[in-house]
Amino acid sequence: MENNLKKVDIIFEIDEKQSPLAILEKTVKRPADEIILDLIDSGLKGRGGAGFPTGLKWKFTRNEDNEVKYVICNADEGEPGTFKDREIIDRVPEKIFAGMAICGFVIGAKEGYIYLRGEYNFLLKNLQKKLDEFNAGMKKAGIEFTIYIKSGSGAYVCGEESALFESMEGKRGEPRNKPPYPTVAGYNSKPTVINNVETLVYTTMICHMGPERFKALGTKDSRGSKVFSVSGDTPISGIYELELGMPLNEFVDGFGDGDTKAVQVGGASGHCVPRKKFNDTIIGFEGIPTGGSMMIFNSTRSMYNVLHDYLEFFTEESCGQCTPCRVGCQQLLKGIEAVKRGERPPAYLDDLKKLTATMKIAAKCGLGQSVGNPFNSIIDNFREEIIY
Amino acid sequence: MSTTEVLVKELVEKNGKTRNSLMPVLQGIVHNEHFLSEEALLCVARELDLSAADVYGTASFYTFLDTVPRGKNIVRVCKTITCHMKGKDEIIKALGNALKIKVGETTNDKKFTLLTANCLGWCHKGPVMLVNDDIYPDLTTQKALEIIEEYAKDVK
Amino acid sequence: MSKYLVNLKINNMPIAVEEGTTILEAAKKLNFRIPTLCNHPDLTVAGNCRVCVVEVKGARLLAAACATPVSEGMEVLTNSEKVRIARKHIVELLLAEHNADCTKCFKNGHCELQDLSGEYRIGDHVFLDLVKPASKIQDISSPSIVKDDSKCIRCQRCVRTCTELQGVSALGVVNKGDHQRISTFLNKPLHEVVCTNCGQCINRCPTGALTERNYIEEVWNALYNPAKFVVVQTAPATRIALGEDLGIQVGERVTGKMVSALKKLGFNKVLDTDFTADLTIMEEGTELLTRLKKALVDKDEKVVLPMMTSCSPGWIKFQEHMYPELLDNLSTCKSPQQMFGAIAKTYYADKINIKAQDMIVVSIMPCVAKKFECERPEMRDSGYQDVDYVLTTRELAMMIKQAGIDFDKLEDDHYDSILGESTGAAVIFGATGGVMEAALRTAYEIVTGREVPFTNLNIKPVRGMEGIKEASIKIKSVKPEWSFLEGVELNVAIAHGLANARKLMEKVKSGEASYHFIEIMGCPGGCLGGGGQPIPTSPEIRKKRAEAIYSEDTEMVLRKSHENPEVAEIYREFLGEPLGHKSHDLLHTHYKARKRY
Repeated sequence: MENNLKKVDIIFEIDEKQSPLAILEKTVKRPADEIILDLIDSGLKGRGGAGFPTGLKWKFTRNEDNEVKYVICNADEGEPGTFKDREIIDRVPEKIFAGMAICGFVIGAKEGYIYLRGEYNFLLKNLQKKLDEFNAGMKKAGIEFTIYIKSGSGAYVCGEESALFESMEGKRGEPRNKPPYPTVAGYNSKPTVINNVETLVYTTMICHMGPERFKALGTKDSRGSKVFSVSGDTPISGIYELELGMPLNEFVDGFGDGDTKAVQVGGASGHCVPRKKFNDTIIGFEGIPTGGSMMIFNSTRSMYNVLHDYLEFFTEESCGQCTPCRVGCQQLLKGIEAVKRGERPPAYLDDLKKLTATMKIAAKCGLGQSVGNPFNSIIDNFREEIIY
Repeated sequence: MSTTEVLVKELVEKNGKTRNSLMPVLQGIVHNEHFLSEEALLCVARELDLSAADVYGTASFYTFLDTVPRGKNIVRVCKTITCHMKGKDEIIKALGNALKIKVGETTNDKKFTLLTANCLGWCHKGPVMLVNDDIYPDLTTQKALEIIEEYAKDVK
Repeated sequence: MSKYLVNLKINNMPIAVEEGTTILEAAKKLNFRIPTLCNHPDLTVAGNCRVCVVEVKGARLLAAACATPVSEGMEVLTNSEKVRIARKHIVELLLAEHNADCTKCFKNGHCELQDLSGEYRIGDHVFLDLVKPASKIQDISSPSIVKDDSKCIRCQRCVRTCTELQGVSALGVVNKGDHQRISTFLNKPLHEVVCTNCGQCINRCPTGALTERNYIEEVWNALYNPAKFVVVQTAPATRIALGEDLGIQVGERVTGKMVSALKKLGFNKVLDTDFTADLTIMEEGTELLTRLKKALVDKDEKVVLPMMTSCSPGWIKFQEHMYPELLDNLSTCKSPQQMFGAIAKTYYADKINIKAQDMIVVSIMPCVAKKFECERPEMRDSGYQDVDYVLTTRELAMMIKQAGIDFDKLEDDHYDSILGESTGAAVIFGATGGVMEAALRTAYEIVTGREVPFTNLNIKPVRGMEGIKEASIKIKSVKPEWSFLEGVELNVAIAHGLANARKLMEKVKSGEASYHFIEIMGCPGGCLGGGGQPIPTSPEIRKKRAEAIYSEDTEMVLRKSHENPEVAEIYREFLGEPLGHKSHDLLHTHYKARKRY
């Protein structure tokens, strides 16, 4: 990579002198409120895509008066184009455990769960081994917190936090009505912090290195760094930890194959940015936020196929309970097929765009609400490819 | 008691007799029997005191909790965008020809079921497939066929 | 816990409501109607149809009014541009998935989706038709319920009914995404699963996805057939609800008009199930006293208590599936409908000189499980199928409309005799607690020679809509032949709705409570809330129907089953005595264990 993209090494960094367990032991000696202040100060926002300030989430849950609370690590990484959590789980699981235990200490929870997607079952054996060691380590250190693993079984929507709770409770993974939010009533209807894998590692590292090093990275709205999953038409696909707030053109210069036509930022539910907008697109909460997925398409790719794939994905993976999402996804998919075949006029695409506006505000959860992102950004920028 | 009943009782014993155990119990059955038979579903309903329709409704929500008979080895080829771009169609075609089945079908000897899957989380190394719980990234048609060959020999 | 008041504005009108109130409820207080589909007053909130979305100022998303609690300072718009567009889209999407063949639909004119579509003037379909051809194949395996997936809008009201109200869970949600649907265990036909045929799902289905198996044409054919003598019986709860489907307000009794209409439809004799309700009390009351004697005096271990009523066929099938170990607790009495059929085709046929094979017995019932019941193989004690066709209250209303009868203008008419006489005790069979009350009115008097010690015979403790009711009556100063009951505290319990029945059964099984007699009705509120009653239903509607039933009772000349002169006559002329040989042959039955899963 020959450019000014700032590579960072926080997530995968191994400090020989201080293990994650040692970080944990050190951290739980501090007042919980101080840890929360550090997290708020660091500006860390959730790395799963939604970007809720982590410190606040912990604070709200800490403030709930309840004997039983839970910490859950959302390792249901299902967003197409995203694969960084798998790598994190594989390489630095102890940092995740430590983050969960710190959270448990802060909010007053005794149990933590890692919800690992079924597609990553091959990670289970090693993860369980490391977890057993870590649990034993915590016990030895007198830290009253135990982590368990729960597996998914192939349902993208379970990445939605309330659907994930339902799944853990042995039910269909159907998102719940909100409020109440997880900080009030999550798993087993108890106050729950649910954080993405990467977020938890950052919390460990912020506790380790202090908020300053983290805060120094990124921009005002997007503090810190983030792990990106880079795929598609790139000679160097893989996982990269980069500073947030970079302009997309710099990213493309670094990762593209010289013929980049568009970048899908944020996975199938994210936005498709065409070449002409690379210069003025910032990757971060002030621009286009992302859970880390960057899919690069070069000029040989049909954007119809890309959109078709996404819509097929959402049609199948919608939980099916709410009307805008269940029927809306099918309409979008069949709709572009009908336009392609000439059975509906090109103007029908505009009817469908209006439908996505409804889905965005009326669907029950983030899945249905975000289908319009890829749809509109692809239709708006590659309309001819959809029609002809 | 049938082997299924014994298995379900063991799983319920291990995971606890509560609704929260439903997923691990169903997962355990699929792990052992490759799919959830009517007998298995009824057994789970009885052991966890749930309605059969409820158990079935939950199982049918999850792609990996099959309720139709599957082969000993379940091959799931990722079909989502990057794997599509990198040639999943060729992989599926090659596997289909070699196994003489179409997507969704099971070989006569019940050794293989060929399925597609939504994003498996290996977009940088597509095309990719899962065989049971094992992942095989960076596939070529030849590699895919060799892997299947290994499973056919019961080496794996 | 006292609740805080929350101040908010809806369409710029200020209102203060209790904390925890939903936007939907708050809007209702201001007389703003927000359309709903998945919402139902009897069920928990789902928030899945999204038809009730409203705009909350400052929020990124629209809120589902049914599922969103109010908060301080909230400003809600129920009809903003955003809301209207979204709502219309949602109705259009539902219609895209819906087999909108409305003119041919059994629910034509009684469909909430149709109403909403009309309200929003949904014209040409904007969106593509997504109805799957396979979904158009109806499940007609059940004699009671027809399930048509092509009409289903996935609101899950049926699933919540089956689970929450009835504790049966024969229906569930299966699959996900575009394959999501409402189905049964492994998609088996309704007839093969634990469905009790209670039909409560029908009462709450907003569209034509769940309807009763209708026998209207069969009944017309019988009426037009000169070779057939068609008699009709009407269940207690029909007379207080039929009017609802014929433009008469909820809670108004239409007994006389109903009789009049039935005569106009051409039934040869219009008779009353209330007659056999009285007969049931004689048989069941005697059975109870006999069981008590065997248990308390003879210490007969084969006799089990508590005895449980057996009038409600949904309850019976529930018990056969869920608690086969308690089948011996069920009274062996047939339901009043089936007692009627057996009597009609034997005693009555003889009396009026009609051959049983030429007689057609039609029932008008508040129930769809009765359609299943009449087809049970045990129910052929006359040598023929005792009851030929069962129509719901709704189906009767349709026939009356088809016949062009102006129901509201009908003069009251009287039931034919015999098998038309009844008492107030029979009428109250239609409400939860009614069978219990009727049985107590008679049994207490048989044992003590005195009326039950309640003002005007109104045994208030067994009335009302509480899910499970318990009462005890101390039996004092008994007649010599009942001396073993002297001082006995008779403990009774009543449950309505099968989820409550389940709770009660668990109490019985665990030995936590010891009752002598239990009344169970499968439907919420008892038969007045039956699966065959006019739609809609709600706690409020059922309360009004109950009031109507009790006022009918109060106005009856005779209020106790044993005072029914026709009942006395049939024992004298035909049956001999309660639990006698003839009764055993015609009026009693047995049950069979069915698969629990």
